[in-house]
Amino acid sequence: MKFSLSWLKTHLDTEASVARIAETLSAIGLEVEAIEDRAATLAPFVIARVIEAVPHPNADRLRVCRVETGAGEVSVVCGAPNARSGMTAVFAPPGAFVPGTGIALKVGEIRGVASAGMLLSAREMGLGEDHDGIMDLPDDAPVGTPYALWAGLDDPVIEIGVTPNRGDAFAVRGVARDLAAAGLGTLKPWTAPSIKGDGPSAIVWRDEVPAACPWVLGRTVRGVRNGESPDWLKQRLEQAGLRPINALADITNFFTIDLGRPLHVFDVNKISGGELVLRRGAGEVFRGLHGKDVTVTGDDCVIADAAGVQSLAGIVGGEATGCDAATTDVFIECALFDRVTIALSGQRTGIFSDARQRFERGIDPALLPAALDAATAMVIEICGGTPSAVTEAGAEPAWRRRADLRFERLMGLGRSDVTPDRAVEILEALGFHVAMRDAETVTLDVPAWRNDIAAMGIPGGSTLDQHGDLAPGAATPAREGALAIEPEVDLIEEVLRIDGLDRIVPVSLPVMDAVPRPSLTPRQARTVRARRVLAARGMAECVTFSFLDRATAARFGAAPEALAVQNPIAADLDQMRPSPLPTLALAVARNIARGFNDVALFEIGPGFRAETPDGQDLIAAGLRAGATPLSWVSPSRRVDVWDAKADALAVLAALGVPVEAISIAADAPAHYHPGQSGVLRQGPKHVLGVFGTLHPSVCAVMDLPVGSVAFEINLAAIADPKKRKRASPLFSAFQPVRRDFAFIADATVAAETLLRAAKGADRALIAGVELFDRYAGDKLPAGKVSLAVAVMLQPKDKSLTDTDIEAVSARIIAAVAKATGATLRG
Amino acid sequence: MSNPISLIETEARAVIGAAADLAALDAARVALLGKSGEVTALLKTLGGMDSEARKSFGAAVNALKSSLTEALEQRRAVLEASALETRLAAEFVDVSLPGRVEARGSIHPISRTIEELTALFGAMGFGVKDGPDIEEDWYNFGALNIPAHHPARAMMDTFYLKAAGRNKPMVLRTHTSPLQIRTMLEQKPPIRVIVPGRTYRSDHDATHSPMFHQCEGLVIDRDITLAHLKGCLVDFLRAYFEIPDLKARFRASYFPFTEPSMEIDIAWDRKTGAIGGGNDWLEILGAGMVHPNVLANCGLDPREFQGFAFGMGIERITMLKHGIADLRNFYESDLRWLAHYGTSPLAPVTLHEGDPA
Repeated sequence: MKFSLSWLKTHLDTEASVARIAETLSAIGLEVEAIEDRAATLAPFVIARVIEAVPHPNADRLRVCRVETGAGEVSVVCGAPNARSGMTAVFAPPGAFVPGTGIALKVGEIRGVASAGMLLSAREMGLGEDHDGIMDLPDDAPVGTPYALWAGLDDPVIEIGVTPNRGDAFAVRGVARDLAAAGLGTLKPWTAPSIKGDGPSAIVWRDEVPAACPWVLGRTVRGVRNGESPDWLKQRLEQAGLRPINALADITNFFTIDLGRPLHVFDVNKISGGELVLRRGAGEVFRGLHGKDVTVTGDDCVIADAAGVQSLAGIVGGEATGCDAATTDVFIECALFDRVTIALSGQRTGIFSDARQRFERGIDPALLPAALDAATAMVIEICGGTPSAVTEAGAEPAWRRRADLRFERLMGLGRSDVTPDRAVEILEALGFHVAMRDAETVTLDVPAWRNDIAAMGIPGGSTLDQHGDLAPGAATPAREGALAIEPEVDLIEEVLRIDGLDRIVPVSLPVMDAVPRPSLTPRQARTVRARRVLAARGMAECVTFSFLDRATAARFGAAPEALAVQNPIAADLDQMRPSPLPTLALAVARNIARGFNDVALFEIGPGFRAETPDGQDLIAAGLRAGATPLSWVSPSRRVDVWDAKADALAVLAALGVPVEAISIAADAPAHYHPGQSGVLRQGPKHVLGVFGTLHPSVCAVMDLPVGSVAFEINLAAIADPKKRKRASPLFSAFQPVRRDFAFIADATVAAETLLRAAKGADRALIAGVELFDRYAGDKLPAGKVSLAVAVMLQPKDKSLTDTDIEAVSARIIAAVAKATGATLRG
Repeated sequence: MSNPISLIETEARAVIGAAADLAALDAARVALLGKSGEVTALLKTLGGMDSEARKSFGAAVNALKSSLTEALEQRRAVLEASALETRLAAEFVDVSLPGRVEARGSIHPISRTIEELTALFGAMGFGVKDGPDIEEDWYNFGALNIPAHHPARAMMDTFYLKAAGRNKPMVLRTHTSPLQIRTMLEQKPPIRVIVPGRTYRSDHDATHSPMFHQCEGLVIDRDITLAHLKGCLVDFLRAYFEIPDLKARFRASYFPFTEPSMEIDIAWDRKTGAIGGGNDWLEILGAGMVHPNVLANCGLDPREFQGFAFGMGIERITMLKHGIADLRNFYESDLRWLAHYGTSPLAPVTLHEGDPA
């Protein structure tokens, strides 16, 4: 909300500077978002008289002006076509900074004539776009006076952000009240003039929806002239960021901001029938004053006449019954609408208005008669006319509430040393009245305008919404506790915010354990470890969006309708991703498009299967494209499936998964190359992840090089380590022996089967089996491969003899033959 | 016999000295000391001598033998040293050639900040909680004292899924605050947790991203006060920004789930962007005492338990600490940006190690 300092001062008697007011507003919860102080930028500019303007001797388009500045006469060369002898203008002396040009003036010489300053246009002063010429002021403008002062621009404008709880602060008076409580002056008394109506109103109310509109007042003023508003009113509104429309509309806007009291004016002669009805909408459409059609439903409260819906109550009025220059009889609406109805209608229609802002936060339910009288008085003052008696429907709702404050809670909750007297003083300044007080407690009447205090259960106030599965033994005392102390906490907040949160001395948290316990669960620690392992393997970690376009999501898994975003911010962000891999693929493609072809990225983030809390996996995914780094030592090569497999297994090994227990099967999802991918399982069913070359058709559509490789590990699938004592390992004193074997096997034999068979031939003696060569080619029959393995034999109790080695070799050859049909290469 | 021993010695020493390489030296050794060598031949003559002669000649031959053995060894050492020198010279490489290349990986700045938050709050006894990005309306709003009509809902720019929750569509959490609720439902006080995680709001421009990260904090016990809120956050901010006397300002504000609520500013210089200096204030986080309704919604009696909650933007504090200008770069995955602002996987975040680089 924006308002000028002079408007604030109509409610607040204060000598405080703008800076101090701004600092205080921010400290007490009315955060200052901007201060517009045009007086500061306009300070050097003074009103001056052009004594004489004559053509420049050396330039056709320039004039040389003798200017009386009030501080002496100077010569100014001016290019404006309207510069003429005798005019009153605005003068900027040398040294002044001119906002419109962005430069500071210097004494100079223009085409041989001295020029000591400048005559300014509105645009040069930063006051508009008008640059037809220099400012042409009335003849009576006082020479030598600062222009800003004369033009009334020395009035700083303060813009504050009003938090959703403070409907009362959406009013200049409410702001003034807070400032007065904070010690920045005195709140001026405000009473509405008493209006004696003459005869019944031409329009009367009928309220069919008291729940949505408990109370509504109105009155007709006949014989008005609805012209332009007086300057003071137009200036107030302009400073508040509102466009003046006509006097009647401007008056309603004035009270919206001045008292936080939205009003509406109907042109009596445009209303069909003599009655305005508050009722539910029924699918009608009307044209709103904001220039757009509004469709109203049975959930909306509308105002209708005999011709139909004319206004969406509390949000926007209708064009058809609005006031314009031809209006002679006006009906002023002053209503109290239900906050919830307004808020929900506002959300549904998406109309933001000053009225909605205030009604949905709650307005002062006791202010209606006074506000209507004040508005009537201003209508009569500006537009003339004769007021009718007040017409009303409904009645003032019960709003009186009390709240208790136990003084010790200021220390108990806030650790504030504020005294009981000071606390009561603050609350009284905010409009609370002391009903009872003793040494321990004060009971206060809550002012009508504070819809946020002790508001539990009032319409639009706070409500409890307890979890459905709480044990009754916990739910009941918790509910009673909240009902008992919520009003008190409201009061504590009021006292502390006005007293100053900065006055509370910080205290470090008490130590719970001398040495803190681990912050991370084993699962969280595994995530950290996986991240470090992958980064250490040369991949750059990314954070990509959790949503992407539906087609890409479907390409990398499922894109169920349930996981589509109802209101995506962009068409390509409309589906929750099944894995981080598709968004990584987009990121890799972006880098390649920029000319960086060798990319290795990974992300550890959510993949979504279902909308339930357990439908979300934590997936470590990586994607490599292009080649390994260039090097003269080891030549660069294209990335391949073995990189992805190594990445995946490195993560699993680092997270404590026994790698020898992992099986690999070639049944990876469809976004992988069917012949170059594998699913990693622990046991027969438990899937840990998948790796492989990406499917060439996926690469093609994603703009990735064919042969790009990827992996996805579901970190949640990895079990917590079991806490068990492990036997200390035996490090043998005897030398290990290496024996190499080359087997000829059918090409269809899985190498893993052969390696397992070799390893299993003598579990006591064989410490390891490594595949170190694989050959297929013209030296072998078609369909055959040679697999060469090194077997490490580790004796435990004696050195191996040749006989021992021969025996174990025979067992290895036999076991491999049995498992795979492979034979020793001759 | 004209003193054969001295003759042999003179000749032998000449041969040894002339040996040009280890092979020649070995040939000389065999010729002298081998089975049919000259010195061996002399020893064989001892058998035919009387004891007197054998005694003196034997001693002389043995002396010759050890003298030549020593000469051979000395020559061997010289030849070996020279051979090694030759080999080393031949094995010269240009050490200015680049070493073996290893691709450099990095940790994303958001992860790095989360690790730092974990370390700093961990030192104050906080655990880390995480939870679902897709939430029931109740956890994201209702339980946090934000009923359906609350103006704060409109401000939150919520994303809704097509999936239905209980009566209402599921939402992408607009803040990490739902984990306050899940934590209070799962565990009894004392509670000290932080919740770093992904959050979503329908807003996209230079300073807003439809997905971003927040870190929530929650402390609940019987006697936690507003002074602890201030102490905890000031302690954190000073440690995080590594400015031991960083000034912080607490301004009253409003959040539906806390009361009293406040925003916290830190001192900075608007012109230079330097944290801690200057006369300007920079908003850094929001906090407050947990609202009694929120406690009650989770089954805690607000007469018995109280505490505070806070929330901050992880990108925001990361940008401020590292001088990162544009929010959008966090999610762009530009290799150059990742290499520049990313952290080494070996950089520690533990307090005692500090940050050496």
